[in-house]
Amino acid sequence: MAAPVIEPLISKYWGSPQSWTLDAYRKRGGYEGLKKALEMAPAAVIDEVKKSNLRGRGGAGFPTGLKWSFVPKDSPKPKYLAVNGDESEPGTFKDRYILELDPHMMLEGIAIAAWALGVHTCYVYLRGEFKFPAERCQAAIDEAYKAGIFGKKVLGKDFELNCYLVRGAGAYICGEETALLESLEGKKGWPRLKPPFPAVVGLFGCPTVVNNVETLASVPHVFAMGPEKYAKLGTDKSGGTRLVCLSGTVNRPGVYECSMHTTFNDLIFGDAYGRGLPNGRKVKAVIPGGSSAPVLSPHELGTAMEFEALKPLQSMAGSGGVIVMDDRTCMVRSLWRVARFYAEESCGQCTPCREGTPWQTRLLRKIEEGRADMEDLELLSNVATSIAPYPPIGLGNTICALGDAAALPTHSFLMRFRAEFEAHIHEKRCPFGDKPWGEFGEWS
Amino acid sequence: MNTPLFTPDEQKKFDAEIAELLSHYPADRKSAAMLPALRALQAIKGWCPPEGLALVAERLGTTRERAYEVASFYVMYHLKKPGKYTVDVCTNLSCSLWGAEKMLAYLEQKLGLKAGEANERFFLRETECLASCGTAPCLQINEDHHESLTRAKLDALIDKLP
Repeated sequence: MAAPVIEPLISKYWGSPQSWTLDAYRKRGGYEGLKKALEMAPAAVIDEVKKSNLRGRGGAGFPTGLKWSFVPKDSPKPKYLAVNGDESEPGTFKDRYILELDPHMMLEGIAIAAWALGVHTCYVYLRGEFKFPAERCQAAIDEAYKAGIFGKKVLGKDFELNCYLVRGAGAYICGEETALLESLEGKKGWPRLKPPFPAVVGLFGCPTVVNNVETLASVPHVFAMGPEKYAKLGTDKSGGTRLVCLSGTVNRPGVYECSMHTTFNDLIFGDAYGRGLPNGRKVKAVIPGGSSAPVLSPHELGTAMEFEALKPLQSMAGSGGVIVMDDRTCMVRSLWRVARFYAEESCGQCTPCREGTPWQTRLLRKIEEGRADMEDLELLSNVATSIAPYPPIGLGNTICALGDAAALPTHSFLMRFRAEFEAHIHEKRCPFGDKPWGEFGEWS
Repeated sequence: MNTPLFTPDEQKKFDAEIAELLSHYPADRKSAAMLPALRALQAIKGWCPPEGLALVAERLGTTRERAYEVASFYVMYHLKKPGKYTVDVCTNLSCSLWGAEKMLAYLEQKLGLKAGEANERFFLRETECLASCGTAPCLQINEDHHESLTRAKLDALIDKLP
């Protein structure tokens, strides 16, 4: 049975006029959650977030309350909050809609987090390409200053909070939290070795929490409805609702706010969501959580799109980017596109990733063009294993998870679609000829 | 005699911008403003010329090598003067499923450039995912975003550029 279609929390007002303004946000009860939080002691605010089972929406799904509790209470150093709005994982396009259509929801989350953590300075880091989202977000920050939400006093309380927007300049790696901190410090985005974790040694060497845009936009709802009710919307270990980005070969791509019980089949075929594939095509493969998440086969799509549910399949819910590939799509060509991206975006710091990612790309091109032999397939597998073995996820030989992100697609495509790779080698050409993308729509 | 980097008006604008940026960071962390400072430079000059990098470094109390390191790491800073319009076409998976490879081929033909090449007017390149996977295919011209592109939309867009 399909999971029920839920009342959206985050995306509810995306279609309404002037939804991004402070006026509109206040009219629908905006900043009431902040008022409630400001009446509580900071430690109690963190407890409420723990109770809500809110998990980070950036990719790793780490429990938000727990992350907040890692910040040392007795540190003499200033503490910082950094918002990760570097949304760049292929298949992911949800945070930009929050920034464009309801930025105050995120700003309210920032203010609540700042109060809970004792933070007086927050940096909102947006990817450089987000010009329009940055304009909307900056306008909202300006409104919040004028309305006494940011500044010397937060809603009249003797608590100072400043919030600055910073734009990146085109580097996927800066979505990795320590690379983001390096970038905020004005450097190239080279991830840091962990530990120490940012909660202890972060921005400018000070305790820092890095949270995703959607995570912070979820925080006000925890306080507006109460953590128990928020937790109940989800599963045992993942509270609330979540934004899922549907793209690829479907009739209705887009961002949908789903219950944590919603399955991939619900999302792809449901009336409220994707409404199936065009021209009677069939699903061949689905990437469940941004291009780094191991690919799934059609028989695995009855799974809920939730952090825990994907673990037994050796995959991950990641950033919520669901990419559907239909039966006329070439898996080698698809993987080549993904591999090429990681090769382009490797920061160059660790040898396995810097050398391995372009090597993967070259091998895949060779296979796609029918120039490869079976040894190349083994070599591809070996190169991926040298960057990060699989399964399980998370054994990477590199400082950050970009190495894993680059190797996981290769491993999982080879595991589930090996026959198609072999067909390229045996036929000495792409079985899809010059139509590797299925040819549909405007550009066919 | 060397031509100055900025006109007096540009200089004023740049100075004001740097002063504002520096107020966002701790006093002993001026170099943290590197990314936005380079953005300010590029907004005025259209690219990051060497003497501009040197000026940013000086204002931020750091070395010009550091400024160059950052400017060369991030793809959005131009270390060479680009054409009037930088056209960034996404060819990642979701966009390719909606025909991005063909759209790029069409653009290459239309602009008379291969991806990665530039002329006086255009700098055409493939780019990383632009977070428009649900409204594919997409591209950016300079920093303006265009989505759900059809041939007709793309033609109109390119043809009406001033």
